[in-house]
Amino acid sequence: MRKLFLPLTVVAAGMFMMAPFLVDGAPYESTMGLVQKIFYFHVPSAMTMFVSAFVCGISSAVFLFKGRPAADRLAVAAAELTSVFGIIVLVTGPLWARKAWGVWWVWDERITSTFVLWLIFNAYLLLRKYGGAGSERLAAGLAIFGMANVPFVYWSVNVWRTLHPKTTVVPTLQPGMRGPFWFCVTAFLLLYVLAITARAHLEAERARLEEIYLAIEE
Amino acid sequence: MSFVRAAWLVVRKDVLIEARSREILYTTLFFAVACVLVFAFGFVNEGRPVTDAAPGILWIAIAFSGTLALGRAFERERQHETLRALMIAPVDRPALYVGKLAGILLLLAIVEVIIVPLVALFFHAPLFARPLLLVGLLAGGTTGFAAVGTLFAAMLVRARSRDVLLPVLLYPITIPVIIAGVRGTAALLQTDVDVPMARAWLSMLVLFDVVFITLALWTFEPLMTE
Amino acid sequence: MDFHSLTLTGITRTFGRRRALHKVSMRMDAGELVAILGPNGAGKSTLLAIVSTLLAPTAGDVRYDDHTSATGAALRARIGLLGHDLYLYPELSPAENLRFFAGLYRIDRVEERISTALDRAGLTDRRDDPVAGFSRGMRQRLALERALLHDPRLVLLDEPFTGLDDAATGALVGRLRELRAAGRLILVITHDLDTVDGIADRALMLHRGRLLEVPNAGAPLRERYRAALAHAAQPAAGPS
Repeated sequence: MRKLFLPLTVVAAGMFMMAPFLVDGAPYESTMGLVQKIFYFHVPSAMTMFVSAFVCGISSAVFLFKGRPAADRLAVAAAELTSVFGIIVLVTGPLWARKAWGVWWVWDERITSTFVLWLIFNAYLLLRKYGGAGSERLAAGLAIFGMANVPFVYWSVNVWRTLHPKTTVVPTLQPGMRGPFWFCVTAFLLLYVLAITARAHLEAERARLEEIYLAIEE
Repeated sequence: MSFVRAAWLVVRKDVLIEARSREILYTTLFFAVACVLVFAFGFVNEGRPVTDAAPGILWIAIAFSGTLALGRAFERERQHETLRALMIAPVDRPALYVGKLAGILLLLAIVEVIIVPLVALFFHAPLFARPLLLVGLLAGGTTGFAAVGTLFAAMLVRARSRDVLLPVLLYPITIPVIIAGVRGTAALLQTDVDVPMARAWLSMLVLFDVVFITLALWTFEPLMTE
Repeated sequence: MDFHSLTLTGITRTFGRRRALHKVSMRMDAGELVAILGPNGAGKSTLLAIVSTLLAPTAGDVRYDDHTSATGAALRARIGLLGHDLYLYPELSPAENLRFFAGLYRIDRVEERISTALDRAGLTDRRDDPVAGFSRGMRQRLALERALLHDPRLVLLDEPFTGLDDAATGALVGRLRELRAAGRLILVITHDLDTVDGIADRALMLHRGRLLEVPNAGAPLRERYRAALAHAAQPAAGPS
């Protein structure tokens, strides 16, 4: 991975530089026009966020039951990235809503579920920060519960939502849109992989520092 | 069988202690009633209650008082480190979780017996039109909330900032429970009672309870041993 | 399930940056009473927590004969722990406290054994009063009985002499002698060097997480301990 890191960073940078041009070339969506194009960043961010939440949940389970510290380092990196990509979704969402429907917040089931999931993983980070010693394991438990909660959150918000008039029209992907969309998805996922590798590596270096610190005391 | 026996011993001990002082019971009850009253002032407009607000207020009061009770219950076990004595006992450790959960459910059941009629009274809400479904929703929702809450309260016993961290952890995870409880109760309050809707919410609650109690039993021991 | 020896190999326990125990190894057999001494914060309570299966070591092994803590409930039934925090429910009476733990430990002839225990603790006339009103010494005596109620094979005591008057201390010393003669493994953490001098087979010292033997022969324990402490506190001579 180390050898690939720099070239892949260049590739990711290149993809993000190309993306606006591809998005520009994509066809306009019928009702919303230009505004809809934020979706090319909004949806891939959401997808990345969900991927990150699952990575956190699974590595937390490995950490809790097998005790591997590397799993814990991956989990905290994934939790932080869940929060970061969540912020992107929760900012681009209202921006889109404001321009498309005139209000900053619509109780769309997807963005509401995203908000709840974002809260859960922020709680994970708060627990790690303020819970004192041993809070890594407790946070791992929370992450597992959070991951298990995803279907319930989605279902309950969805059914709750259908009782209200629908203001969201999620565009169906026209053929011309698919190319740029999947390009952006790839770019975001690549960015995610790079970010989580770097972050987990930082944690690993911290752990090594602690070991050295302890060894000096001998 | 020894699993059930151990859980039963824990519940019995908790009931015995609570029967002596009744501290958690009285304070939680009082808090729940005060909660309902405070919300009532927020939602009763010129003496006319907003009936639609009743389900929301009921479930929020349950959530808030439940959090308080959970905190107090485990604070007790923390005081003289009796939780350690329980962990060291030759019982299946998840049985301790079940025992604690049963105790909290008992407490919350008593609280609900008081505040459900109170909410019905204050908000002119016909909560008792479908008693069986209402009881089902209350049972399913309270169990879901308490199942996650008991695990979190137990695991936070040795953590710093545990008082504020319990709600921070608990509320986001139990959002589906609150949604289901509120919407299910609301379905019962409609003039044309929406039974299939209420049943759908009840099914979700039951599924939630099964999934999360199983998860809790599974993760209790690794979370409680450092 | 029973066992007759306790073996610790290379037990290390870290809490983040703090190393509480560093490669602690020891072995004891049935019929031995080992005193664990050391300054505050040296890791004594952590060691006891690990031996009692409450805490997992970061590295190293604890074996009860050939069994490990993975054996679970069956192993815990043979361990008795008197912790620093007594583990008593203040709202309940001594009889109720003992009855609850007797239930958990599946003790037979419960009422009989409770009465004996309360007798030994000198609490028979207060058997139905809530523990909240008791003095530290009374609670200490009750907590000891609770720890020994199920006749454990491995007896772990954290500062058992705290708050005890002369008579109670004497009674406890006698009790420990009986237990030792009955083939129990007894680990006692204490600062009460004079009291434990007469009954300990061996004394071990924890200093900054490391376990050191306190030499056995000759002078009273108090002097031997002081000497060992002074020796340990010296910076290591020569390159590390």
